[in-house]
Amino acid sequence: MSQVNRPLSPHLGVYKWQISNTLSILHRLTGVALSIGALALLAWVVGAALGPQAYESVRSVLAGPLGMFILLGFSASFFYHLANGIRHLFWDAGYGFDREFARLSGWFTVVAAAAVTALFWVLVVSGGAG
Amino acid sequence: MAEFQLPPNSRVKPGKTFKAPQGAKNVRRFSIYRYDPDSGENPRLDTYEVDMDSCGPMVLDVLIKIKNEIDPTLTFRRSCREGICGSCAMNIAGGNTLACTQASADLKGEVKIYPLPHMPVVKDLVPDLTNFYAQYASIKPWLQTRTPAPPDQERLQSKEDQEKINTPSACILCACCSTSCPSYWWNSDRYLGPAALLAAYRWLVDSRDEATGERLDELEDPFRIYRCHTIMNCTNACPKDLNPAKAIAETKKMLAARSH
Repeated sequence: MSQVNRPLSPHLGVYKWQISNTLSILHRLTGVALSIGALALLAWVVGAALGPQAYESVRSVLAGPLGMFILLGFSASFFYHLANGIRHLFWDAGYGFDREFARLSGWFTVVAAAAVTALFWVLVVSGGAG
Repeated sequence: MAEFQLPPNSRVKPGKTFKAPQGAKNVRRFSIYRYDPDSGENPRLDTYEVDMDSCGPMVLDVLIKIKNEIDPTLTFRRSCREGICGSCAMNIAGGNTLACTQASADLKGEVKIYPLPHMPVVKDLVPDLTNFYAQYASIKPWLQTRTPAPPDQERLQSKEDQEKINTPSACILCACCSTSCPSYWWNSDRYLGPAALLAAYRWLVDSRDEATGERLDELEDPFRIYRCHTIMNCTNACPKDLNPAKAIAETKKMLAARSH
């Protein structure tokens, strides 16, 4: 029997989503989002360098509904990636591998990232950053 | 490179349904991956309605009942039926575990059973573990010494030193951990996977072993150990409650410590 003809058993499509693998892929996705989102920061800085008119046009886009939505996603990605990055640092030091503890630290990371993102936007909005 | 979609010959088609016998009161549906290498057809998902009132408590009891009473062509590995041989490792309700220690009552609704994920399938629930075993062999899972053995006794070990290898030695090589790991799915040709790395750790921390440096040399590679991104699926899957993720982290620490 030829080995090359053997089918490959199902993997990603059948494996259950747990807090462990969900947060892991989310860490990677938010990392990619941060890299792309850095372009928005770049546009802001370049606008400032080019002069008041260019800055104003960049500012109006970023302060518009789409711009704010992108910035919300960017900041949420940032705080999640930061919180989960700290979780990874503990793992790299050899701590937090207990099954139940790792599950709880995962949920803690999600709640912490959501709370810090919310707090950040409360400050932004109340500070009149529009 | 990660290939997320199954190749055309591996896509699972709908299969047959085997109805419960008349008068059965406590019926449970089990959908099981079937692949017949002689048919030349794609794998399919057959559904069996099982009368749980006349069935043992574990998923392995269900499989044996199906094979004995409903469909003798169903193929799976099993031996000890008490969680020590590792033969009946499979993907049950989305997670890798041993069919013999997984109670049906602890699962919800219709139960889907697949072979261990991302493995070549020999038949039905029987995966080809050749590569998995070769990776285990590659870490040289035996005691390596340079000094001559004591003439009148074994190489002794303190109780504390024994306890370091006690837990990782309990691995039964069922492959639940390695085949639960997305990194292993995408890179099993170069990444050793949690089971082989747990075994490597077991020999690294053995006070009697004298090849620690060579063992670390073998692991120091972008793929063999460093494809582990602490996803933790391995530790969550282990039916023996071992912690391959922690063993890998400790091994990474040993690699980092000696490079300074």
